[in-house]
Amino acid sequence: MNIHEYQAKQIFAKYGVPVPKGIMVESVDAAVEAAKELGGPVWVVKAQIHAGGRGLGGGVKLAKTIEEVRELADEILGMTLVTHQTTAEGKLVQKLYIEDGADIKDEFYLSVVLDRKLEMPLIMASTEGGMNIEDVAENTPEKIITVPVDPAIGFQGFHGRQLAFGLGITDKAEQKKIISFAQKLFKLYMENDAEMIEINPLVRTGSGDFIALDGKMGFDNSALGRHPEIAAMRDLTEEDADEVEAAKYGLSYVALDGEIGCMVNGAGLAMGTMDTINYMGGTPANFLDVGGSANAETVAKGFEIILKNPKVKAIFVNIFGGIVRCDRIANGIIEATKITDINVPVIVRLDGTNAPEAAEILKNANISNLIVGDDLGDGAAKAVAAAKGE
Amino acid sequence: MSILVNKDTKVIVQGFTGKEGTFHAEQCLAYGTKIVGGVTPNKGGQTHLGQPVFNTVSDAVKTTGATVSMIFVPPAFVGDAVMEAAEAGIELAVIITEGAPVKDMQMAKAHATKHGMKTLGPNCPGIITAEECKIGILPGMIFKKGKVGLISKSGTLTYEGANQVVKEGYGISTAVGIGGDPIIGLSYNQILPMFEADPETEAIVMIGEIGGDLEIQAAKLIKEQITKPVVAFIAGQTAPKGKTMGHAGAIVSGSAGTAKEKMEALEAAGVKVVVSPAEIGKAIAEVLAK
Repeated sequence: MNIHEYQAKQIFAKYGVPVPKGIMVESVDAAVEAAKELGGPVWVVKAQIHAGGRGLGGGVKLAKTIEEVRELADEILGMTLVTHQTTAEGKLVQKLYIEDGADIKDEFYLSVVLDRKLEMPLIMASTEGGMNIEDVAENTPEKIITVPVDPAIGFQGFHGRQLAFGLGITDKAEQKKIISFAQKLFKLYMENDAEMIEINPLVRTGSGDFIALDGKMGFDNSALGRHPEIAAMRDLTEEDADEVEAAKYGLSYVALDGEIGCMVNGAGLAMGTMDTINYMGGTPANFLDVGGSANAETVAKGFEIILKNPKVKAIFVNIFGGIVRCDRIANGIIEATKITDINVPVIVRLDGTNAPEAAEILKNANISNLIVGDDLGDGAAKAVAAAKGE
Repeated sequence: MSILVNKDTKVIVQGFTGKEGTFHAEQCLAYGTKIVGGVTPNKGGQTHLGQPVFNTVSDAVKTTGATVSMIFVPPAFVGDAVMEAAEAGIELAVIITEGAPVKDMQMAKAHATKHGMKTLGPNCPGIITAEECKIGILPGMIFKKGKVGLISKSGTLTYEGANQVVKEGYGISTAVGIGGDPIIGLSYNQILPMFEADPETEAIVMIGEIGGDLEIQAAKLIKEQITKPVVAFIAGQTAPKGKTMGHAGAIVSGSAGTAKEKMEALEAAGVKVVVSPAEIGKAIAEVLAK
C-alpha cells in the first residue's frame, strides 16, 4: 500500500525527521488560507497523487505571492497529471499540499528498501538528488552508496558514518545531522513495516540543515493489520477500481490490454496461462487468480470483473484442481454461468483430481458458448481461436 | 532415496487443531506421512487426529523426536512459530501460511539459520516425496513415484508440471514448493545440489517467476555444479512492470527481475527453457530420452 507525500511527511515529523511546514487542502480557497497560515515568503503548491515525476508533469510549482498560490492551486487542482509512473491516461489531482519554500543549497537522494538478496533493509543514498535514481544507477552507479542494516543489530554509528562520508559531508555538525536523519528514518521504516521509503530530494539548506523535501512511502500489505493508523491512510481513489473490487472477494486481479480474459487458480499458473496465450498468438486481457477454493461465488465474481472490459472476446478458465476436486469446480462454473450474463465464448480447462468426471459434467450441461479444453495447451489454443472468431 | 523428507520423517504440526491445520494434517496422515503430534498452546495433553497435542514445540520434540514441523499458524504468528521451532531443535520448518509480514520473516529466517534449521516457504504448498511423505497442501494423488525432481515458486504450477511429467509416463522423486514471497527459506541454490546428489533423481524441473534474482543465481550454480538435465519455465513473460502478480514477490521493479533475463541466463547455463508451462512434460520426455 502506498500513501501520499503529505501523509509520509506526517510520519516523518512524528519521528523527528525534519520536513518543511505544510498543509493538505482540497480546494482553492483552502489553499489560500493554508498559504496565509504558513506565512511565506514563498510557497510550493504540490499535486498529491501516488506517482513520482510530478514536477516534470507540471504538478509542483513555486508561488511567490498569495495570489500566485491561488492561481496555481486553481491550475493544478482537477488537472490530470501524466508522469513516467502513471498510465497514459494519467491521474486526477484531488488534493494539494501547500508547503513552505526551502532554501536549497544541495540536493541528495535517500531511500530505504528491502534487499531481497541480503534479506535485510538497505539504505541507498546519492549526491545526485532530484534525478531519477534508476537513471543514476544506469549511468553513474558509482554515485550510489548502499548501506545494508541488519535489523538484529539496528542502525549503528558506523552505518551513519558510511553514509555521511559516502555523501562527501565533511562538516562535523552536518555529519551529526545527516546521521541522525538516517537513523530516525530507519527506525520508522522498521517500526511501521514499511516496504520502501524514498526521499528525493533530501536537501541541505544554506544553514546546513537537512530536510526531506519529498517523501514517498509504501507498506507491506501483510503487516497492515498491526498498523491501523497507517491502514487508515489508504486512498482508494488512487488505486485501480477493478483491482480493489476484486480484492474484496479474495481475487487478485491486474488489467492488461489484450482480448482474452483469464481466470485461473494460483498466481504462478495465472501468469503461465497469460504466457501460453501470448505464445499461441493471442493477447491476455488480464491476470486473475481466483485463489485456492474457486467456488461458484468467486468464479461468478471473476466473470463479472473480466466482462467489465469491453475488449474481451473470449474467456479462458484454467483451473488445476488439487485438494479441491474438479467435479465440484465444474458445478461451480456452471452455477456461475447461470448467474452471470456471458456473451463471449468460455473455454474451460479443468485438470487434476477427478478431471474426467468434471469434463463429463461440463459436456452434459449443454451451455452453448462453453468449450471444453483438454489440457493447458489445448485450452489456450481454443481460447485464441475463439477470440479470433474461428 | 529422495531429498529432505521420506517415509521415516517424523513431523509435527504447529497450528494443529485449527481448521486448516486439521484438514491438511488429516490429508497428510492419509497419504502416509508420519505425523507424530502437534502444537496448540493451552491444548497440551489433548489428543487430536489420534496424535498428542503439546503446548510448546520444545515439549513436542522431546516427546516425539520429530525433526520437521509443518506450520499452519495465522500470518501474524508465523515469525514467532518459526523461531520457536528453531530453538526447539526442529531441522526443517515447512511454512504453509500465506501473508506473513516480510519483517517477521527477515527476523525468523536469520534466527533459524543461526540455529541450523532449514525453512521452506512461507506461502508455499510444501514438499512431497512421492508415495512416501507429503508435508503441506499438495494433492498427493498427482505425484506418482519416479525420477524427476521438481522445484517451484508456484503451487499450481507444481501440480501442473508434475501432472504433465506423469502423463508422459515418468514420475516424481521429490517435489518442493519454495513459495513466492520476497523472503523465502530454501531456494533453488540449496535444493538443486540435493537433486544432483540424489541417485533417484535423473532430471529436474525448475519453475520460477518474475521478481528478485534467485533464478539468475540458480543459472550460475547450474552451469558450475549441475550435470543432470534441467527443464525450466519462468512465469510472467507477459506481466506488466511494477505490478505485484498475486505472489508478494512476483514484481518487476524497474528493469530488474524480468522473465526474459532469467530465461536467457538459464538458457546460457544449458537449461532447456520452455516458453509455456504446457511444454514441461514434453521437454522432460525429450531430455530423458537422450
